[in-house]
Amino acid sequence: MVGRSVPRKEGLDKARGAARYVDDLRFPGMLHGRTIRTTVARGEVTAVHLDFDTRGFAVVDHRDIPGRNVVALIQDDQPFLVEREVRHAEEPLLLLAHEDRETLRAASVRVEYRPGTPVLDPERSSRVFKEIAIEKGDLARGFAEADLVIEGEYRTGRQEHVYIEPNGVIAVPSGDGMTVYGSLQCPFYVHKALVGLLGLPHEKVRVVQTETGGGFGGKEDYPSIIAGHAALLAMRSGRPVKLVYDRLEDMAATTKRHPSIVRHRTGVTRDGRLTAMEIDVLLDGGAYCTLSPVVLSRGCLHATGPYRCDNLRVHGRVVMTNTPPSGAFRGFGAPQTVFAAEVQMDRVAEALGLDPVRLRGRNALRPGDTMATGQVLGEDASALAVLREAVKRSDFHRKRQAWRGTSRGIGLSLFFHGAGFTGSGEVMLASRAALELTPRGARIQVGSTEMGQGTRTTLAQIVAETLGLAVERVEVAEPDTASVPDSGPTVASRTCMVVGGLLKACAAEMKERLGGLSPAAYLKRHGPLRVIRQYEPPPGIAWDDATFRGDAYATYGWGCDVAEVELDPVTYEVRPTRVTAVVEIGRAVNPLMVAGQVEGGTAQGLGYALLEDVVMREGRMANAQLTNYMIPTTLDTPPVDVTILESPCRHGPFGAKGVGEMPMSGPGPAVANAVRHLGLDVRSLPITPEKVLECASSSTESEPTSTRRR
Amino acid sequence: MRFVLNGKRADVDAAPLKRLLDVLREDCGLAGTKEGCGEGECGACTVLVDGAPVNSCLVPFAHVRGRKVTTIEGLRSRLPEALVREGGTQCGICTPGIVMAAAALGPRPSAACVREALAGNLCRCTGYAGIVRALAGRRAAPHPRVRAARGPRPVAPGRPKRTRRS
Amino acid sequence: MATAFSRLPLLQPRSLDEALRLLRDEGPLVPLAGCTDLYVDFHFGTVGGRRFLDLQGLGTLRGIRRRGNTLVIGALATYAELIASPLVRRRLPILAEASRWVGSPQIQNRGTLGGNVANASPAGDTLPVLAVAEATVVLRRVDGERRVPFGSFYTGYRRTVMRPDELIVSIEVPPVEGRQWFRKVGTRAAQAISKVVMAAVRAPHPRIALGSVAPTVVRVPRTEAVLAGGGSLAEAQAVLVDEIQPIDDLRSTAAYRRRVSANLLAQFWSETGRKR
Repeated sequence: MVGRSVPRKEGLDKARGAARYVDDLRFPGMLHGRTIRTTVARGEVTAVHLDFDTRGFAVVDHRDIPGRNVVALIQDDQPFLVEREVRHAEEPLLLLAHEDRETLRAASVRVEYRPGTPVLDPERSSRVFKEIAIEKGDLARGFAEADLVIEGEYRTGRQEHVYIEPNGVIAVPSGDGMTVYGSLQCPFYVHKALVGLLGLPHEKVRVVQTETGGGFGGKEDYPSIIAGHAALLAMRSGRPVKLVYDRLEDMAATTKRHPSIVRHRTGVTRDGRLTAMEIDVLLDGGAYCTLSPVVLSRGCLHATGPYRCDNLRVHGRVVMTNTPPSGAFRGFGAPQTVFAAEVQMDRVAEALGLDPVRLRGRNALRPGDTMATGQVLGEDASALAVLREAVKRSDFHRKRQAWRGTSRGIGLSLFFHGAGFTGSGEVMLASRAALELTPRGARIQVGSTEMGQGTRTTLAQIVAETLGLAVERVEVAEPDTASVPDSGPTVASRTCMVVGGLLKACAAEMKERLGGLSPAAYLKRHGPLRVIRQYEPPPGIAWDDATFRGDAYATYGWGCDVAEVELDPVTYEVRPTRVTAVVEIGRAVNPLMVAGQVEGGTAQGLGYALLEDVVMREGRMANAQLTNYMIPTTLDTPPVDVTILESPCRHGPFGAKGVGEMPMSGPGPAVANAVRHLGLDVRSLPITPEKVLECASSSTESEPTSTRRR
Repeated sequence: MRFVLNGKRADVDAAPLKRLLDVLREDCGLAGTKEGCGEGECGACTVLVDGAPVNSCLVPFAHVRGRKVTTIEGLRSRLPEALVREGGTQCGICTPGIVMAAAALGPRPSAACVREALAGNLCRCTGYAGIVRALAGRRAAPHPRVRAARGPRPVAPGRPKRTRRS
Repeated sequence: MATAFSRLPLLQPRSLDEALRLLRDEGPLVPLAGCTDLYVDFHFGTVGGRRFLDLQGLGTLRGIRRRGNTLVIGALATYAELIASPLVRRRLPILAEASRWVGSPQIQNRGTLGGNVANASPAGDTLPVLAVAEATVVLRRVDGERRVPFGSFYTGYRRTVMRPDELIVSIEVPPVEGRQWFRKVGTRAAQAISKVVMAAVRAPHPRIALGSVAPTVVRVPRTEAVLAGGGSLAEAQAVLVDEIQPIDDLRSTAAYRRRVSANLLAQFWSETGRKR
């Protein structure tokens, strides 16, 4: 079972339109909900006027909250509903529900404010959510050893998730309890948030994940807020309330990838050995802390790129601005810092007159090397393997030579990604997974969610392989907080490795208990069997949060992207023509699902690199429409040639590591380096035609030639 | 108002400017047609009207009077199987729309034809690779390969760390 | 504020005469054809009225035909029909080309030429084509018909000479002499809105029109005159960037639009200058 491209369990239901997503569900007596939001980036609410006939409406404001008006996450700073202080535009203020959607939509609410002066530039923010320093060796000595010091500043913008299914939930009141169905990644996060908000005991709150139309991090923390809103309306009206965002609201109000400014100072010897790296990371966290501290730590832990250097300092800060909170997005801080690191590497190579592959090969982390935090890499470290494979597979050197001075460019990026929660995260989560014997086989019980990435199928394969059963005989229970154990959030490329590992242990124990009996025979003879396992850190893995020393992640995946682009000299559009993506992820439990993560993540990365530009005006997203925020279509997405390398890791089931996030990190810098190959010094994303023009104008003026592309 | 829905005569009482999408989902109980944006950009709500793919979020119900409407529930196609086999569906919310838009393609389309025909269907999960493979055939797009990683070249003697400084 | 739309009245005339009478007697009414903008406008509350007139039942507004030397395109001709029409492909291939760049296949199956003209967006993809083809917009009202040269149809940003009781019935295109050229520069490779769109005809007196660089689609007569008078391409480019008035907006910058307009002019000139 493991290693085979087993078809997605729910695939046919999805492709035939039979799968039911939250907006497809209806409950008797159900109302529709709507969120009234602030329109200023900073200030105080002085008055709220309901300019409509409120009969038939349920209306809720912060005074109706029975529990705490705070979204329980890292810092308890974000309210479910604004009380008086407004920290960003699009902040929820008032909730309405009505049985007719159009009547609801037409209801007019006027809000008066005493406006304040918003802080919109992170470099001018004095409010720091989290600061991190990682140090190794002696930076001064490192720079003293260097023959050359190269500096650079790199910027990336916000990115919107654009899961095709917008956020949505349905809250159903039942006696003295509340059940919420929704499109979400982390049912137990939502559960925790609801318990606090509603002031209910744990067992009175139930959260059920419905089929989820994409997440990418965008449904990690935000669903807690929507669920809270729907639950408040349901509590007030005593009826089920559906709250499904339309695209505009989803884009304007929910989280985005953190914008970044990263500065590098790199010391290097003439023959290309890195002697010193000084890196400063600044992330814009938006108005509330949300997950920003963790995003910052992942960002900082990946800021050096996959390179060894004895003397380094990474200093990171995430600050507050009066904009909608930044949040989790596939890669979680790493795409920003890897972009900076990898463009810097090409600039270092350029300064030295060295081939970028040689410079990387010279400094790439190898098994046994010590990373910035003191972590010693295991035998599965594969930076060199992916680099060599990608260079060979793409015919990089020949193209690099042949295309010089033409409108075609080729560039690469080498990257890595820590699998699982950062630092002591996995230990604190203490995830649990359960396996229940069924007459046909077994049923997996976890809170880990399927949102397209293949959780159901992959976990079933791990269990089927261990039990020696056909994969069809392994069911996956609906993620329902009332009936499954908390296997931790579905984030951080952790599900296959960590939850899959727990399930493998469950299955091994189950197999032993079966003692050769068939499941049906066992049930008949001994009655029900349920095996449950809790996470324990692998031996020898240790992390100290206070000093940022130790094993930041149990293991790492490795990747190398080669991007080939063509510049249109008339329009300054950069068109990706091919991407060669090589990843090393331990073991591909399901190669088709792994490839899907690489192909899809690469496309998202190409969007981030070239198209996706959140335009902010006065603290609001000005292009919150799919007409004006561009994600790649079929014609913007080139063929992606995927090679999966396997170097099994001893911590993962059958050697598997994580894969979901990593492919997001490569395309940005690979494309930027391909554009650099064209002679354009671009140091920020996205690389829009407008930016290319600016860049081309500041270097040499060139006459357009007549090449035409479709 | 009368029209033909998935090959059967239908008579539905709904407001003329109500979106066809809402009529299908709410009045006809056909939830396979999805809403992704409500502005004709994502194609998740694609249905066929007289055989031609349209965004049902932009069609007033009045415009299908007497016409043939086909939704994912009424389409006979082998495409769903192919999409599942080639990894052309992940989260699945765009997939019914992809199937409907592709229904207008002739047999054995080229990869370029597929990409043009589906330019109005956004998929955020797959990077379109599996979709193109499913529609245009395996050879139309690169097929992922799996290989054992060769370990980093051993540098003797000892660890690379020592030798690189020499 | 979003509009609660489904219960708004929709009048559904069976004939053009009935439609025109309704426009005169029951107005103001917003005419609807392919509705590809309608629901977006509902969403933003930017629809220009509360009562609607459905043109879909008006068979006389359909069809693409030839009358003498003139290509007559019914206002309800969809982009898909323009793309498929042998007549359009022969007589005005750049109109078929422009139609292929509108939205997506789904939009092309619904959107109409009359709608693109009436909607009066400066970014309308077919409008530069109609401008260089020197098309005529045929307007009908209860008591008569008038024919407005395309060049004087627009009076400002999203404003036209149309009166509330008039409908566009057809677009008439005279024969176009010379090599036709079109290019759209959008926000991405497909399903995009124009950042700059140019149509042009290489003739002794060249014709050039651009979209998304001014409040309306524009011909650039001064630029045309430079080229007609034997001036150099560089001179023409210099005049062109002065002749258009692009702005910074969500989709692009004025500087980019200027520069790309000049580049498009060069591309047009070099591609149509070669012998076939």
